[in-house]
Amino acid sequence: MNNGTADIFELHGKVSRATVIEEICLQLAPFQAGEQPITGETVISKDLTIDSLAVMDMVMELEDRFDVSIPMNVVAEIHTVDELTETILELRAKR
Amino acid sequence: MGLFDRYAGLLEVYRDVRTTGADPFQIRMERVLSPTEAIINGRKTLLVGTNNYFGLTFDPSCMEAAIEAIRAEGTGTTGSRIANGSYSEHIFLENEIAEFYGKKHCMVFTTGYQANLGVISTLVGQGDHLLIDADSHASIYDACKQTQAEVVRFKHNDPSSLEARLRRLEGKPGNRLVVLEGIYSMLGDSAPLKEFVEVCKKYGAYVLVDEAHSLGALGENGRGLCEEAGVLDDCHFIVGTFSKTLGAIGGYCVSNDPDFDILRVTVRAYMFTASLPPSIVASVRQALRIVKGRPELRKQLWSNVATLYDGLAAQGFKLGPQHGPVVGVHLPDRMMAIGFWRALLDAGIYVNVAIPPATPNGVSLLRCSLCAAHTAEQLEHMIEVMTGIGRQMGVISSTPKLRVVAGAR
Ligand SMILES: Cc1ncc(COP(=O)(O)O)c(C=O)c1O
Repeated sequence: MNNGTADIFELHGKVSRATVIEEICLQLAPFQAGEQPITGETVISKDLTIDSLAVMDMVMELEDRFDVSIPMNVVAEIHTVDELTETILELRAKR
Repeated sequence: MGLFDRYAGLLEVYRDVRTTGADPFQIRMERVLSPTEAIINGRKTLLVGTNNYFGLTFDPSCMEAAIEAIRAEGTGTTGSRIANGSYSEHIFLENEIAEFYGKKHCMVFTTGYQANLGVISTLVGQGDHLLIDADSHASIYDACKQTQAEVVRFKHNDPSSLEARLRRLEGKPGNRLVVLEGIYSMLGDSAPLKEFVEVCKKYGAYVLVDEAHSLGALGENGRGLCEEAGVLDDCHFIVGTFSKTLGAIGGYCVSNDPDFDILRVTVRAYMFTASLPPSIVASVRQALRIVKGRPELRKQLWSNVATLYDGLAAQGFKLGPQHGPVVGVHLPDRMMAIGFWRALLDAGIYVNVAIPPATPNGVSLLRCSLCAAHTAEQLEHMIEVMTGIGRQMGVISSTPKLRVVAGAR
Protein backbone atom coordinates (compact mmCIF):
# COMPACT_ATOMS: atom_id res chain seq x y z
CA MET A 1 0.00 0.00 0.00
CA ASN A 2 0.88 3.61 -0.35
CA ASN A 3 3.03 4.75 2.53
CA GLY A 4 0.88 7.69 3.48
CA THR A 5 2.43 10.44 1.43
CA ALA A 6 -0.60 11.67 -0.39
CA ASP A 7 0.89 11.84 -3.86
CA ILE A 8 -1.88 13.14 -6.02
CA PHE A 9 -2.21 11.46 -9.34
CA GLU A 10 -2.93 14.28 -11.73
CA LEU A 11 -4.49 17.14 -9.92
CA HIS A 12 -5.78 19.19 -12.83
CA GLY A 13 -5.75 17.00 -15.90
CA LYS A 14 -8.40 14.57 -17.06
CA VAL A 15 -7.96 10.95 -16.11
CA SER A 16 -9.26 8.20 -18.31
CA ARG A 17 -11.55 5.41 -17.27
CA ALA A 18 -8.79 2.93 -18.04
CA THR A 19 -6.43 4.69 -15.65
CA VAL A 20 -8.93 4.55 -12.83
CA ILE A 21 -9.70 0.85 -13.40
CA GLU A 22 -6.02 0.08 -13.58
CA GLU A 23 -5.38 1.80 -10.25
CA ILE A 24 -8.30 0.04 -8.57
CA CYS A 25 -7.10 -3.35 -9.85
CA LEU A 26 -3.64 -2.56 -8.54
CA GLN A 27 -5.06 -1.79 -5.10
CA LEU A 28 -7.19 -4.94 -5.14
CA ALA A 29 -4.52 -7.30 -6.46
CA PRO A 30 -3.46 -8.49 -2.98
CA PHE A 31 -7.02 -9.66 -2.36
CA GLN A 32 -7.45 -11.67 -5.56
CA ALA A 33 -9.16 -15.01 -4.89
CA GLY A 34 -7.31 -17.80 -6.71
CA GLU A 35 -6.88 -17.41 -10.47
CA GLN A 36 -10.07 -15.42 -11.03
CA PRO A 37 -8.93 -12.19 -12.74
CA ILE A 38 -10.18 -8.84 -11.44
CA THR A 39 -12.42 -7.12 -13.99
CA GLY A 40 -15.02 -4.35 -14.07
CA GLU A 41 -17.69 -6.85 -13.03
CA THR A 42 -15.81 -8.12 -10.00
CA VAL A 43 -18.00 -7.73 -6.90
CA ILE A 44 -15.59 -6.28 -4.40
CA SER A 45 -17.04 -7.71 -1.20
CA LYS A 46 -17.87 -11.13 -2.68
CA ASP A 47 -15.37 -12.15 -5.36
CA LEU A 48 -12.29 -11.09 -3.42
CA THR A 49 -10.80 -11.83 0.00
CA ILE A 50 -11.05 -8.23 1.16
CA ASP A 51 -12.93 -7.31 4.37
CA SER A 52 -14.96 -4.16 4.88
CA LEU A 53 -12.24 -2.37 6.84
CA ALA A 54 -9.68 -3.01 4.10
CA VAL A 55 -12.19 -1.75 1.52
CA MET A 56 -12.41 1.52 3.43
CA ASP A 57 -8.61 1.76 3.59
CA MET A 58 -8.36 1.14 -0.14
CA VAL A 59 -10.92 3.87 -0.73
CA MET A 60 -8.72 6.25 1.27
CA GLU A 61 -5.79 5.45 -1.03
CA LEU A 62 -7.91 5.99 -4.13
CA GLU A 63 -9.22 9.27 -2.71
CA ASP A 64 -5.69 10.60 -2.49
CA ARG A 65 -4.69 9.19 -5.89
CA PHE A 66 -7.55 10.93 -7.66
CA ASP A 67 -8.08 13.87 -5.32
CA VAL A 68 -11.71 13.15 -4.57
CA SER A 69 -13.53 12.23 -1.36
CA ILE A 70 -15.95 9.31 -1.43
CA PRO A 71 -18.28 9.50 1.59
CA MET A 72 -18.81 6.26 3.54
CA ASN A 73 -22.50 6.09 2.67
CA VAL A 74 -21.57 6.24 -1.02
CA VAL A 75 -18.97 3.49 -0.56
CA ALA A 76 -21.66 1.33 1.04
CA GLU A 77 -23.69 1.48 -2.18
CA ILE A 78 -20.79 0.45 -4.43
CA HIS A 79 -20.60 -3.23 -5.33
CA THR A 80 -18.46 -3.70 -8.43
CA VAL A 81 -15.15 -2.35 -9.71
CA ASP A 82 -17.09 -0.65 -12.51
CA GLU A 83 -19.34 1.15 -10.02
CA LEU A 84 -16.33 2.33 -8.05
CA THR A 85 -14.70 3.56 -11.28
CA GLU A 86 -17.87 5.40 -12.27
CA THR A 87 -18.10 7.07 -8.84
CA ILE A 88 -14.52 8.30 -9.02
CA LEU A 89 -14.97 9.65 -12.55
CA GLU A 90 -18.20 11.42 -11.57
CA LEU A 91 -16.65 12.97 -8.47
CA ARG A 92 -13.64 14.14 -10.51
CA ALA A 93 -15.93 15.69 -13.09
CA LYS A 94 -17.65 17.66 -10.33
CA ARG A 95 -14.45 19.14 -8.89
CA MET B 1 -30.93 -18.79 5.04
CA GLY B 2 -30.58 -18.78 8.81
CA LEU B 3 -30.25 -15.58 10.82
CA PHE B 4 -26.69 -16.36 11.80
CA ASP B 5 -25.45 -17.60 8.42
CA ARG B 6 -23.95 -14.19 7.69
CA TYR B 7 -21.63 -14.74 10.64
CA ALA B 8 -20.23 -18.01 9.31
CA GLY B 9 -16.78 -16.46 8.78
CA LEU B 10 -16.72 -14.90 12.21
CA LEU B 11 -17.93 -18.12 13.85
CA GLU B 12 -14.99 -19.91 12.28
CA VAL B 13 -12.54 -17.34 13.62
CA TYR B 14 -14.14 -17.55 17.01
CA ARG B 15 -13.90 -21.36 16.98
CA ASP B 16 -10.18 -20.99 16.22
CA VAL B 17 -9.82 -18.68 19.15
CA ARG B 18 -11.42 -21.15 21.50
CA THR B 19 -9.25 -24.06 20.40
CA THR B 20 -6.64 -22.64 22.76
CA GLY B 21 -8.87 -23.86 25.58
CA ALA B 22 -9.74 -20.43 26.94
CA ASP B 23 -12.06 -17.85 25.49
CA PRO B 24 -10.51 -14.41 25.78
CA PHE B 25 -13.89 -12.80 25.19
CA GLN B 26 -15.62 -14.62 28.02
CA ILE B 27 -13.10 -14.43 30.81
CA ARG B 28 -14.60 -14.79 34.24
CA MET B 29 -13.15 -12.82 37.12
CA GLU B 30 -14.20 -15.13 39.93
CA ARG B 31 -13.31 -12.53 42.50
CA VAL B 32 -11.80 -9.09 42.04
CA LEU B 33 -9.36 -8.43 44.87
CA SER B 34 -8.02 -4.98 44.08
CA PRO B 35 -7.40 -2.71 41.07
CA THR B 36 -4.47 -4.93 40.12
CA GLU B 37 -5.45 -8.45 41.17
CA ALA B 38 -8.31 -10.90 40.68
CA ILE B 39 -8.95 -14.61 40.99
CA ILE B 40 -9.26 -16.15 37.50
CA ASN B 41 -9.49 -19.92 36.99
CA GLY B 42 -8.99 -20.31 40.73
CA ARG B 43 -5.70 -18.49 40.65
CA LYS B 44 -4.56 -15.08 41.82
CA THR B 45 -3.90 -13.11 38.64
CA LEU B 46 -2.17 -9.81 37.96
CA LEU B 47 -4.46 -7.48 36.01
CA VAL B 48 -2.78 -5.46 33.27
CA GLY B 49 -5.74 -4.92 30.98
CA THR B 50 -8.44 -3.02 32.86
CA ASN B 51 -8.15 0.69 31.82
CA ASN B 52 -8.17 1.38 35.56
CA TYR B 53 -5.46 4.00 35.08
CA PHE B 54 -5.51 5.58 38.55
CA GLY B 55 -6.64 2.43 40.36
CA LEU B 56 -9.65 4.23 41.83
CA THR B 57 -12.12 1.31 41.72
CA PHE B 58 -11.23 0.43 45.31
CA ASP B 59 -10.50 3.91 46.59
CA PRO B 60 -12.08 4.01 50.06
CA SER B 61 -13.37 7.58 49.67
CA CYS B 62 -15.04 6.79 46.33
CA MET B 63 -16.57 3.62 47.74
CA GLU B 64 -17.88 5.42 50.81
CA ALA B 65 -19.39 8.19 48.69
CA ALA B 66 -21.22 5.58 46.60
CA ILE B 67 -22.51 3.70 49.64
CA GLU B 68 -23.71 6.88 51.27
CA ALA B 69 -25.51 7.92 48.08
CA ILE B 70 -27.32 4.59 47.91
CA ARG B 71 -28.51 5.00 51.49
CA ALA B 72 -29.65 8.56 50.81
CA GLU B 73 -31.14 8.28 47.31
CA GLY B 74 -31.60 4.62 46.51
CA THR B 75 -30.12 2.26 43.94
CA GLY B 76 -31.35 3.72 40.66
CA THR B 77 -33.16 6.56 38.95
CA THR B 78 -35.51 4.22 37.04
CA GLY B 79 -35.78 6.55 34.09
CA SER B 80 -34.27 9.17 31.85
CA ARG B 81 -33.60 12.73 32.86
CA ILE B 82 -36.10 14.28 30.50
CA ALA B 83 -38.86 11.94 31.69
CA ASN B 84 -38.10 11.43 35.38
CA GLY B 85 -36.13 14.61 36.08
CA SER B 86 -32.55 15.07 37.23
CA TYR B 87 -31.25 14.40 40.72
CA SER B 88 -29.32 17.29 42.27
CA GLU B 89 -26.22 15.09 42.10
CA HIS B 90 -26.44 14.93 38.28
CA ILE B 91 -26.39 18.72 38.11
CA PHE B 92 -23.56 19.02 40.65
CA LEU B 93 -21.48 16.54 38.65
CA GLU B 94 -22.14 18.39 35.39
CA ASN B 95 -21.14 21.68 36.97
CA GLU B 96 -17.96 20.15 38.36
CA ILE B 97 -16.88 18.63 35.05
CA ALA B 98 -17.61 21.89 33.20
CA GLU B 99 -15.56 23.76 35.77
CA PHE B 100 -12.73 21.20 35.52
CA TYR B 101 -12.40 22.02 31.80
CA GLY B 102 -13.19 25.73 32.16
CA LYS B 103 -16.15 25.25 29.80
CA LYS B 104 -19.65 26.61 30.26
CA HIS B 105 -21.70 23.49 29.64
CA CYS B 106 -21.60 19.79 30.41
CA MET B 107 -23.95 16.91 29.72
CA VAL B 108 -23.57 13.58 31.46
CA PHE B 109 -24.48 10.30 29.74
CA THR B 110 -25.03 6.77 30.97
CA THR B 111 -21.93 5.52 29.12
CA GLY B 112 -19.12 7.06 27.09
CA TYR B 113 -20.28 4.98 24.15
CA GLN B 114 -23.64 6.76 24.26
CA ALA B 115 -21.97 10.16 24.65
CA ASN B 116 -20.05 9.66 21.40
CA LEU B 117 -22.90 7.99 19.58
CA GLY B 118 -25.46 10.61 20.58
CA VAL B 119 -23.43 13.80 20.42
CA ILE B 120 -21.56 13.13 17.17
CA SER B 121 -24.58 11.84 15.26
CA THR B 122 -26.67 14.83 16.38
CA LEU B 123 -24.17 17.68 15.96
CA VAL B 124 -24.02 17.10 12.22
CA GLY B 125 -26.98 16.35 9.99
CA GLN B 126 -28.13 16.41 6.39
CA GLY B 127 -25.81 18.51 4.27
CA ASP B 128 -23.01 18.57 6.87
CA HIS B 129 -19.65 16.82 6.76
CA LEU B 130 -18.21 14.54 9.42
CA LEU B 131 -14.49 13.75 9.18
CA ILE B 132 -13.11 10.96 11.35
CA ASP B 133 -9.71 9.38 11.97
CA ALA B 134 -9.47 5.96 10.32
CA ASP B 135 -8.65 4.31 13.66
CA SER B 136 -11.63 5.76 15.53
CA HIS B 137 -13.37 3.86 18.31
CA ALA B 138 -16.47 1.79 17.50
CA SER B 139 -18.71 4.36 19.24
CA ILE B 140 -17.56 6.98 16.71
CA TYR B 141 -18.11 4.63 13.77
CA ASP B 142 -21.58 3.86 15.07
CA ALA B 143 -22.34 7.59 15.23
CA CYS B 144 -21.39 7.71 11.53
CA LYS B 145 -24.04 5.11 10.78
CA GLN B 146 -26.66 7.10 12.65
CA THR B 147 -26.01 10.59 11.26
CA GLN B 148 -27.41 12.00 8.03
CA ALA B 149 -24.14 13.86 7.39
CA GLU B 150 -21.61 12.73 4.79
CA VAL B 151 -18.77 10.87 6.47
CA VAL B 152 -15.18 10.79 5.23
CA ARG B 153 -12.24 9.04 6.92
CA PHE B 154 -8.72 10.42 6.98
CA LYS B 155 -5.49 8.56 7.63
CA HIS B 156 -4.72 7.85 11.26
CA ASN B 157 -2.97 10.72 13.03
CA ASP B 158 -2.22 12.40 9.69
CA PRO B 159 -3.12 16.14 9.62
CA SER B 160 -2.18 16.41 5.92
CA SER B 161 -4.64 13.66 5.08
CA LEU B 162 -7.34 15.61 6.95
CA GLU B 163 -6.32 18.81 5.20
CA ALA B 164 -6.68 17.22 1.75
CA ARG B 165 -10.22 16.19 2.63
CA LEU B 166 -11.20 19.59 4.05
CA ARG B 167 -9.72 21.27 0.99
CA ARG B 168 -11.86 19.12 -1.30
CA LEU B 169 -14.93 20.40 0.56
CA GLU B 170 -14.10 24.04 -0.11
CA GLY B 171 -17.02 25.90 -1.65
CA LYS B 172 -19.49 23.22 -0.56
CA PRO B 173 -22.18 24.23 1.95
CA GLY B 174 -22.60 22.58 5.36
CA ASN B 175 -20.73 22.45 8.66
CA ARG B 176 -17.57 20.40 9.10
CA LEU B 177 -16.96 18.40 12.27
CA VAL B 178 -13.63 16.67 12.86
CA VAL B 179 -13.45 13.86 15.44
CA LEU B 180 -10.17 12.91 17.14
CA GLU B 181 -9.09 10.90 20.18
CA GLY B 182 -6.66 11.96 22.90
CA ILE B 183 -5.09 8.52 23.20
CA TYR B 184 -6.02 5.71 20.82
CA SER B 185 -7.28 2.67 22.66
CA MET B 186 -5.42 -0.08 20.82
CA LEU B 187 -1.85 1.19 20.41
CA GLY B 188 -1.80 3.94 23.03
CA ASP B 189 -0.64 6.65 20.62
CA SER B 190 -1.75 10.30 20.85
CA ALA B 191 -3.05 12.55 18.09
CA PRO B 192 -0.78 15.41 16.89
CA LEU B 193 -3.54 17.65 18.18
CA LYS B 194 -1.91 21.04 17.72
CA GLU B 195 -1.36 20.38 14.02
CA PHE B 196 -4.87 19.00 13.62
CA VAL B 197 -6.35 22.07 15.33
CA GLU B 198 -4.42 24.38 13.01
CA VAL B 199 -5.80 22.60 9.96
CA CYS B 200 -9.33 22.77 11.41
CA LYS B 201 -8.99 26.50 12.07
CA LYS B 202 -7.76 27.11 8.55
CA TYR B 203 -10.84 25.44 7.07
CA GLY B 204 -13.37 26.54 9.70
CA ALA B 205 -14.08 23.05 11.00
CA TYR B 206 -15.40 22.23 14.48
CA VAL B 207 -13.23 19.94 16.60
CA LEU B 208 -14.45 17.17 18.91
CA VAL B 209 -11.90 15.26 20.97
CA ASP B 210 -12.64 12.02 22.79
CA GLU B 211 -10.45 11.97 25.90
CA ALA B 212 -11.61 8.50 27.03
CA HIS B 213 -8.09 7.20 27.68
CA SER B 214 -6.37 10.51 28.35
CA LEU B 215 -8.50 11.93 31.18
CA GLY B 216 -6.21 12.05 34.19
CA ALA B 217 -3.24 10.76 32.19
CA LEU B 218 -2.37 13.80 30.07
CA GLY B 219 -2.10 17.52 30.81
CA GLU B 220 -0.81 19.38 33.82
CA ASN B 221 -4.19 19.05 35.54
CA GLY B 222 -5.16 15.75 33.96
CA ARG B 223 -7.70 17.25 31.59
CA GLY B 224 -6.29 15.27 28.71
CA LEU B 225 -4.55 15.86 25.41
CA CYS B 226 -6.40 19.15 24.81
CA GLU B 227 -4.70 20.54 27.89
CA GLU B 228 -1.32 18.99 27.14
CA ALA B 229 -1.31 20.39 23.59
CA GLY B 230 -2.48 23.81 24.86
CA VAL B 231 -5.60 23.85 22.66
CA LEU B 232 -8.39 23.52 25.21
CA ASP B 233 -10.05 26.71 23.91
CA ASP B 234 -9.87 25.54 20.30
CA CYS B 235 -11.60 22.23 20.97
CA HIS B 236 -15.32 22.91 20.62
CA PHE B 237 -16.45 19.64 22.17
CA ILE B 238 -14.66 17.33 24.56
CA VAL B 239 -16.11 13.90 25.25
CA GLY B 240 -14.95 11.47 27.91
CA THR B 241 -15.86 8.51 30.05
CA PHE B 242 -16.15 7.66 33.74
CA SER B 243 -15.36 4.02 33.02
CA LYS B 244 -11.58 4.24 32.93
CA THR B 245 -9.58 6.68 35.10
CA LEU B 246 -12.63 7.53 37.22
CA GLY B 247 -13.30 3.87 37.96
CA ALA B 248 -17.08 3.75 37.46
CA ILE B 249 -19.31 4.09 34.39
CA GLY B 250 -20.79 6.95 32.41
CA GLY B 251 -19.82 9.56 29.85
CA TYR B 252 -19.81 13.31 29.35
CA CYS B 253 -19.48 16.09 26.81
CA VAL B 254 -18.39 19.67 27.58
CA SER B 255 -18.57 22.76 25.38
CA ASN B 256 -18.73 26.53 25.41
CA ASP B 257 -21.38 26.73 22.72
CA PRO B 258 -24.24 28.90 24.09
CA ASP B 259 -26.88 26.63 22.56
CA PHE B 260 -25.29 23.41 23.78
CA ASP B 261 -28.25 22.50 26.01
CA ILE B 262 -30.47 21.92 23.00
CA LEU B 263 -28.70 18.55 22.84
CA ARG B 264 -30.70 17.53 25.93
CA VAL B 265 -33.84 17.39 23.83
CA THR B 266 -32.28 16.19 20.57
CA VAL B 267 -29.76 13.48 21.48
CA ARG B 268 -31.68 10.24 21.56
CA ALA B 269 -28.94 8.35 23.42
CA TYR B 270 -29.48 10.85 26.26
CA MET B 271 -33.26 11.15 26.07
CA PHE B 272 -34.32 7.53 25.82
CA THR B 273 -32.22 5.70 28.38
CA ALA B 274 -32.12 5.76 32.17
CA SER B 275 -29.76 8.24 33.81
CA LEU B 276 -26.79 7.29 36.00
CA PRO B 277 -27.68 5.97 39.47
CA PRO B 278 -26.84 8.13 42.50
CA SER B 279 -24.06 5.80 43.69
CA ILE B 280 -22.16 6.12 40.41
CA VAL B 281 -22.57 9.89 40.31
CA ALA B 282 -21.29 10.16 43.88
CA SER B 283 -18.21 8.00 43.30
CA VAL B 284 -17.40 9.82 40.07
CA ARG B 285 -17.59 13.19 41.81
CA GLN B 286 -15.18 11.92 44.44
CA ALA B 287 -12.88 10.39 41.79
CA LEU B 288 -12.75 13.70 39.96
CA ARG B 289 -11.69 15.38 43.22
CA ILE B 290 -8.88 12.85 43.45
CA VAL B 291 -7.78 13.52 39.87
CA LYS B 292 -7.58 17.21 40.73
CA GLY B 293 -6.04 16.77 44.16
CA ARG B 294 -3.53 13.96 43.69
CA PRO B 295 -1.31 14.63 40.67
CA GLU B 296 1.16 12.11 42.08
CA LEU B 297 -1.11 9.36 40.71
CA ARG B 298 -0.46 10.65 37.18
CA LYS B 299 3.28 10.61 37.87
CA GLN B 300 3.08 7.08 39.18
CA LEU B 301 1.07 5.97 36.14
CA TRP B 302 3.69 7.34 33.74
CA SER B 303 6.52 5.86 35.74
CA ASN B 304 4.77 2.48 35.40
CA VAL B 305 4.29 3.08 31.67
CA ALA B 306 8.03 3.65 31.30
CA THR B 307 8.85 0.51 33.27
CA LEU B 308 6.68 -1.75 31.13
CA TYR B 309 7.23 -0.09 27.74
CA ASP B 310 10.99 0.26 28.05
CA GLY B 311 11.33 -3.16 29.64
CA LEU B 312 9.48 -4.88 26.80
CA ALA B 313 11.20 -2.79 24.12
CA ALA B 314 14.61 -3.75 25.53
CA GLN B 315 13.71 -7.41 25.07
CA GLY B 316 12.90 -6.82 21.43
CA PHE B 317 9.11 -6.72 21.50
CA LYS B 318 7.46 -4.63 18.81
CA LEU B 319 5.29 -2.03 20.55
CA GLY B 320 2.98 0.87 19.77
CA PRO B 321 4.79 4.02 18.58
CA GLN B 322 5.02 5.89 21.89
CA HIS B 323 4.75 5.68 25.67
CA GLY B 324 1.12 5.64 26.78
CA PRO B 325 -1.10 4.19 29.50
CA VAL B 326 -2.05 1.63 26.87
CA VAL B 327 0.87 -0.47 25.66
CA GLY B 328 0.09 -2.49 22.55
CA VAL B 329 2.39 -5.44 21.88
CA HIS B 330 2.41 -6.51 18.22
CA LEU B 331 2.32 -10.21 17.44
CA PRO B 332 2.68 -11.72 13.98
CA ASP B 333 -0.84 -13.11 13.67
CA ARG B 334 -4.11 -13.86 15.36
CA MET B 335 -3.27 -17.38 16.55
CA MET B 336 0.07 -16.26 17.92
CA ALA B 337 -1.66 -13.46 19.83
CA ILE B 338 -4.19 -15.86 21.30
CA GLY B 339 -1.54 -18.44 22.18
CA PHE B 340 0.59 -15.80 23.86
CA TRP B 341 -2.43 -14.42 25.71
CA ARG B 342 -3.32 -17.91 26.94
CA ALA B 343 0.25 -18.60 28.09
CA LEU B 344 0.27 -15.32 30.00
CA LEU B 345 -3.02 -16.15 31.69
CA ASP B 346 -1.68 -19.57 32.68
CA ALA B 347 1.26 -17.73 34.22
CA GLY B 348 -1.14 -15.56 36.24
CA ILE B 349 -1.14 -12.38 34.15
CA TYR B 350 -4.21 -10.94 32.48
CA VAL B 351 -4.02 -8.60 29.49
CA ASN B 352 -6.47 -7.99 26.62
CA VAL B 353 -6.09 -9.64 23.26
CA ALA B 354 -7.07 -7.54 20.27
CA ILE B 355 -7.42 -9.18 16.86
CA PRO B 356 -8.97 -8.30 13.50
CA PRO B 357 -11.60 -7.11 12.73
CA ALA B 358 -11.44 -5.06 15.96
CA THR B 359 -7.96 -3.68 15.23
CA PRO B 360 -6.59 -1.15 12.74
CA ASN B 361 -4.73 -2.49 9.69
CA GLY B 362 -5.50 -6.08 10.64
CA VAL B 363 -2.86 -6.20 13.38
CA SER B 364 -2.93 -8.70 16.24
CA LEU B 365 -2.09 -7.30 19.64
CA LEU B 366 -1.72 -7.97 23.30
CA ARG B 367 -3.21 -4.83 24.75
CA CYS B 368 -1.81 -3.97 28.15
CA SER B 369 -3.12 -1.06 30.20
CA LEU B 370 -1.30 0.30 33.19
CA CYS B 371 -2.47 1.37 36.59
CA ALA B 372 -0.93 3.79 39.05
CA ALA B 373 -1.38 1.04 41.63
CA HIS B 374 0.89 -1.44 39.83
CA THR B 375 4.13 -1.96 41.70
CA ALA B 376 7.51 -2.01 39.99
CA GLU B 377 7.90 -5.63 41.14
CA GLN B 378 4.63 -6.65 39.51
CA LEU B 379 5.67 -5.09 36.21
CA GLU B 380 9.19 -6.47 36.28
CA HIS B 381 7.75 -9.90 36.92
CA MET B 382 5.46 -9.40 33.94
CA ILE B 383 8.37 -8.41 31.66
CA GLU B 384 10.25 -11.51 32.74
CA VAL B 385 7.31 -13.80 32.07
CA MET B 386 6.59 -12.18 28.69
CA THR B 387 10.23 -12.47 27.71
CA GLY B 388 10.18 -16.17 28.54
CA ILE B 389 7.01 -16.82 26.55
CA GLY B 390 8.18 -14.58 23.71
CA ARG B 391 11.40 -16.55 23.33
CA GLN B 392 9.61 -19.88 23.55
CA MET B 393 7.20 -18.84 20.84
CA GLY B 394 9.95 -17.31 18.71
CA VAL B 395 8.37 -13.86 18.85
CA ILE B 396 11.59 -12.31 20.11
CA SER B 397 15.11 -13.52 19.62
CA SER B 398 16.46 -15.75 22.36
CA THR B 399 19.74 -13.89 22.59
CA PRO B 400 18.89 -11.20 25.07
CA LYS B 401 19.51 -7.63 24.01
CA LEU B 402 20.47 -6.66 27.53
CA ARG B 403 23.58 -8.17 29.03
CA VAL B 404 22.56 -10.74 31.62
CA VAL B 405 24.59 -11.39 34.73
CA ALA B 406 27.50 -13.63 33.76
CA GLY B 407 27.13 -17.27 34.77
CA ALA B 408 23.42 -16.97 35.31
CA ARG B 409 23.00 -20.40 33.79
C1 LIG C 1 -11.85 5.85 22.66
C2 LIG C 1 -13.04 5.41 23.43
N1 LIG C 1 -14.15 6.16 23.40
C3 LIG C 1 -15.25 5.79 24.07
C4 LIG C 1 -15.30 4.62 24.80
C5 LIG C 1 -16.59 4.23 25.48
O1 LIG C 1 -16.53 4.36 26.85
P1 LIG C 1 -17.58 3.70 27.81
O2 LIG C 1 -16.93 2.51 28.40
O3 LIG C 1 -17.84 4.75 28.85
O4 LIG C 1 -18.81 3.35 27.05
C6 LIG C 1 -14.16 3.84 24.89
C7 LIG C 1 -14.13 2.63 25.73
O5 LIG C 1 -14.35 1.54 25.32
C8 LIG C 1 -13.01 4.22 24.16
O6 LIG C 1 -11.92 3.45 24.15
